[in-house]
Amino acid sequence: MGRMINLTIDGKKVNVAENTTIIKAADEIGIKIPSLCYHEDLIPTSGCGVCVVEIEGSDMPKRACSTTVYEGMNVKTNSIQLRNLRKMLIELILADHHVDCPTCIANNKCELQDLAYYMGVKTEDIASLMKKEPVDDSSVSIVRDPNKCIACGRCVTVCNEIQTVYALTHVNRGFDVEINTPFSKGMADSICINCGQCAVYCPTAALTEKIETDQVWTELLNPAKHVVIQAAPAVRVTLGEEFGMEEGSLTVGKMYAAFRRLGFDAIFDTNFTADLTIMEEGTEFVTRFKEGGTLPLITSCSPGWVKFMETYYSDLADNVSTCKSPQQMFGALVKTFYAKEKNITPESITSVSIMPCTAKKFEARRSEMNDSGYQDVDYVLTTREIARMIKEAGIDFKHLEDEKADDLMGIYTGAGTIFGATGGVMEAALRSAYYLITGKNLPDCEIKAVRGMEGIKEAVVDVGGIKVKIAVAHSLGHARKLMDKIRKQIEETGKSDYHFIEVMACPGGCVGGGGQPFGSSLATRARRGETLYKEDKGLKLRFSHENPAVAALYEKFLGSPGSEIAHNLLHTHYFHRDKLEGKVVKEATYKNH
Amino acid sequence: MYKDICQKYTPTKDNLIYILHDIQDSHPQNYVSEEAVEEVADYLKIPVNHIYGVLTFYTMYSTKPRGKYVIRLCESPPCYLRGSTNILKKLKELLKIKAGETTTNGLFTLELCACLGLCGNAPVMMINNDFYGDLNDDKVENIINKLQETEV
Amino acid sequence: MKYFRNLILIETNESSIQKGSKEIFQALKKELMNKDLTDEINVLETGSLGLFGEGVCAVVYPDNIVYCNLTLDDIPELIEEHFVKGRVLTRLVMKKTVRNDIPLGYEKRIVLKNSGVINPENINDYLGVQGYEAWEHALLKKKPEEIVEIVKASGLRGRGGAGFPCGLKWSFTSSIESENKHVVINADEGEPGTFKDRLIMEGDPHKLLEGTMITSYAVGAHTAYIYIRGEYKLCIERLQKAIKQAYDYGLLGKNIFDTGYNLDVYLRIGAGAYVCGEETALIESMEGNRGNPRNKPPYPGQAGFQQYPTVVNNVETVTNIPSIILKGADWYKNIGTPESPGTKVFTILGDVDVPGLCEVEMGTTLRTIINRYGGGMKQGSRFKAALVGGAAGIFIPDEMLDVKMDFYSLAEYKAILGSGAILVMDNSVNIADMLESIIRFFRHESCGKCMPCSNGNEMLYRSIKAIKRGEADESELDKMVIIAETMHKTSFCALGQSLLLVVKSAIENFKDDFLTYLRNRKAVNN
Repeated sequence: MGRMINLTIDGKKVNVAENTTIIKAADEIGIKIPSLCYHEDLIPTSGCGVCVVEIEGSDMPKRACSTTVYEGMNVKTNSIQLRNLRKMLIELILADHHVDCPTCIANNKCELQDLAYYMGVKTEDIASLMKKEPVDDSSVSIVRDPNKCIACGRCVTVCNEIQTVYALTHVNRGFDVEINTPFSKGMADSICINCGQCAVYCPTAALTEKIETDQVWTELLNPAKHVVIQAAPAVRVTLGEEFGMEEGSLTVGKMYAAFRRLGFDAIFDTNFTADLTIMEEGTEFVTRFKEGGTLPLITSCSPGWVKFMETYYSDLADNVSTCKSPQQMFGALVKTFYAKEKNITPESITSVSIMPCTAKKFEARRSEMNDSGYQDVDYVLTTREIARMIKEAGIDFKHLEDEKADDLMGIYTGAGTIFGATGGVMEAALRSAYYLITGKNLPDCEIKAVRGMEGIKEAVVDVGGIKVKIAVAHSLGHARKLMDKIRKQIEETGKSDYHFIEVMACPGGCVGGGGQPFGSSLATRARRGETLYKEDKGLKLRFSHENPAVAALYEKFLGSPGSEIAHNLLHTHYFHRDKLEGKVVKEATYKNH
Repeated sequence: MYKDICQKYTPTKDNLIYILHDIQDSHPQNYVSEEAVEEVADYLKIPVNHIYGVLTFYTMYSTKPRGKYVIRLCESPPCYLRGSTNILKKLKELLKIKAGETTTNGLFTLELCACLGLCGNAPVMMINNDFYGDLNDDKVENIINKLQETEV
Repeated sequence: MKYFRNLILIETNESSIQKGSKEIFQALKKELMNKDLTDEINVLETGSLGLFGEGVCAVVYPDNIVYCNLTLDDIPELIEEHFVKGRVLTRLVMKKTVRNDIPLGYEKRIVLKNSGVINPENINDYLGVQGYEAWEHALLKKKPEEIVEIVKASGLRGRGGAGFPCGLKWSFTSSIESENKHVVINADEGEPGTFKDRLIMEGDPHKLLEGTMITSYAVGAHTAYIYIRGEYKLCIERLQKAIKQAYDYGLLGKNIFDTGYNLDVYLRIGAGAYVCGEETALIESMEGNRGNPRNKPPYPGQAGFQQYPTVVNNVETVTNIPSIILKGADWYKNIGTPESPGTKVFTILGDVDVPGLCEVEMGTTLRTIINRYGGGMKQGSRFKAALVGGAAGIFIPDEMLDVKMDFYSLAEYKAILGSGAILVMDNSVNIADMLESIIRFFRHESCGKCMPCSNGNEMLYRSIKAIKRGEADESELDKMVIIAETMHKTSFCALGQSLLLVVKSAIENFKDDFLTYLRNRKAVNN
């Protein structure tokens, strides 16, 4: 605990820890200093200069984002000079920006638009410096529009420091600086793993998801198509934010109602297959544990993590669970099990998923994801995309009456819903692994040790006398640290002392996914996660192995966990990828038949 | 391919600039290729994107093949005052290319650059590692012709 | 020991090599051999003598005759006349008599005292002029804190640009306890019109090296780096030779003079970025990164190279150190002015009669420098403006010519002394054109980290181009000043901040030049 500093901001006294920046100190007393390239979660790049403030005794304004406080500092956050400077800076930035607000994806969510609007900047006064560049929409997940980029550098910080994917970098110098992938090859031919954190933190629409709403509308409005929807756990605690509701509002019932009004023919839930995943993965874990199989077992439901693993840690591919993600398990079942049950031809089924995730768009299109005989998941929409569709349809989301999902694949337990938070998959898996090993349920099913926003959480869980060492990592930077440790253990001793690992690519887990509302801070993500745990607490069923719909699925269709049908439809294999373009080199594991 | 060059330096990121200089100087087309970048990334254990960012930041490097002779003409104020614009015109005339381009026979690349620190001899250009100062139309023509002759 | 009756020193530096000095050097040696004079006359290479427009120059000692515009054809006659017949070859003697300080005035110099007097590639020459005596004295007779005090007392200020008190800068680092301190000599000279550091390194690399060594000892560093721009091949060569010679003579390495003090000096090469002249951008470059400046604080003195305490000093600053140690702080304080002691190297370029370099006391007026050392305007020219300080400088009109060239006086005009570049322009020059060239320079060199500078420079460039095409009106000039002011207050580093002075001084003092473009276009349209 360092010493505390006293300073004055706009006449108000503030007391903060030393090494606090002016912008954070101001925030503590509710003063929001205007800023653009700054984000509270990231190391400041000190680029835009919008956050300049006047400090008594200094003749030059200083950036509030990167100036630390000192004892007795006297700060003014507004003045004629500061207003003029900020306005001029926004004009200079707009001069090199494709101003396209009415049709821009980030309309009303754009930090540059907000500042220009608040400051009353008039675009006709500004000479244009723009040279139109082609938009990079080569990737199925992320679209990069250099004409909207203001070179704030947030995405580079996120991709390199937090995610350690190293796909994006600053290229060239001065006014010609752009953010691009090595050798400007485009996102699809880079090692981008599609996590979309760059898009979440981007203040404008320079980085966004690949939009699929038009295609989904076409399917919905085609009477010949039977459109089935599944929605991820993280969506139900986030969707409300897009309609002005409080952060972390639980809107499951409204979500189903909105889907019905949009015209989806079957309203299902990814949480159902989350429970199913636990059955398969729990069994897989217990089998490996008892029979000396490859350990630690590492979860595989985060497609950003999977591609990251295939690029950087494919030597550990055998450790990764062969289970597909809940989204893909659902997709495989919808065109087989569901089609059979409802007597619908698989060709007429369009399978749509709503995800907090951009990597899921890539996952759905992986060439091996067609075990149903068709592309298992046809379209993936982000939380942001479905919100736009709901708005376009004129649905008043906030005032919808709660509805229920359809039973067949829409029933879930608390274990399924906590998948959306970091540590949730691990907790859900342990709840069932405990049962599979001891035949009894955990007396207290809440495993607090794996909850929370710490980068790597470790614990030793007592499962009926057996000590199981687990670790949970979220954000790929922490995943990398954990994987390096495991690799080192295996190199030095032939084995690792971990048994079970959960990895989520995004900070906070899926609640912080690349498809979530723009600007989602870590604090917001934590709040969403807490709501999921609250939902879990309020549900009667909290163990995946007690989900009646899952039990019915095994009875009617799959047989038992790990059966041949289950293996064919619900399990997958992995590849080695090159470190320059992320392309498949050869198989890393094989799907045995 | 570049193992010998890399191994002259200890594998730390600090040595990146020098390794890149050496690799570029060793290539007849005066650039750093994608393969070279991969090798350096591997040797120094740093990401490819970092190296690409460094290569595109500093003006002495090129990530695209250039001519055997890279002409860098200074256009900073002291050389501008002494008529660098006319020298540029002459070079464009002789070589039939614009600044930033390479002649079709792969012999010359023409680039504009900032102050080379030889202002007493303005206007100045560098061709690879050699300075040429006190330029005028005739001198420029002689220099280019001489280089062209050595190629024949 | 051989006694020569004459010594011919022919200036061999990048500028003179251009004009053929290497060939003339060889020709002189050959001719002396032919005439069997090699036991009596010695020919050596030396640094710049100080004239830029006089071809290849050589000085003959002890006669103190300077010959200029030498060609290969002149050599036989020169040897015959001067060294056989004992007659000065008047047709080749330096005509620009205004520079009678060459070579006798070298004695008054500090930094370039040996340039034109010794062979920079021979450590023995340097030892012969009290070379490394200061190093020996510092290491054997003084404690590091004492060296810092001496430099503080001398009042020496940085010669790179900002003019920060050198001793004070050192004290921030010398007081930190750390096993891993560094000294970095900033030889990444990129300011247009500036090549004083090149002249120093080509002319007297040992003096720079000695200054570096004393600096390292004073702040407690055991590694020093000389960061030099990649284009300065001859400097790199001469410094490499000097460093090797210093190691060979036991002046560097382990346990120097048996004091237990270790010091290693390395050369580090840049890759073409003016912004890397900024000390934190330089450090970023040394660490293998893009050359973006860092946030200050922490200053490099606390956390610099690899986050260790690092002192970054300019070449010219450090080259003053050996003399200060040898002759004392009081001696140094008595040269120049009270706030800006010492001397300053200036490079006089442009429409003057005698373009060249001079090293004069701080406080000398610009008029004196241009007239006394530059020989005044060249024939038929009238003075219009002097661009002082490089691109990041100030346009000085006729009315301001009596400004004293020192930190204090220039600060009144918000100008910095820094690079010592003086670019003199006559009436035939349109200042709007020069400003365009300057803005182009900054646009090219902006690192891109901050939008005020990268977008601001682009906007200024668009404005000046519009003015030159006659597509703007007078209000565009006001716009330019506003943009430059915004850049001045919000740019992350000095690069973006320096546009204001040069834009404002151009527009305020030479508005007519800009209006000419607008009027011409109007005339064309009408």
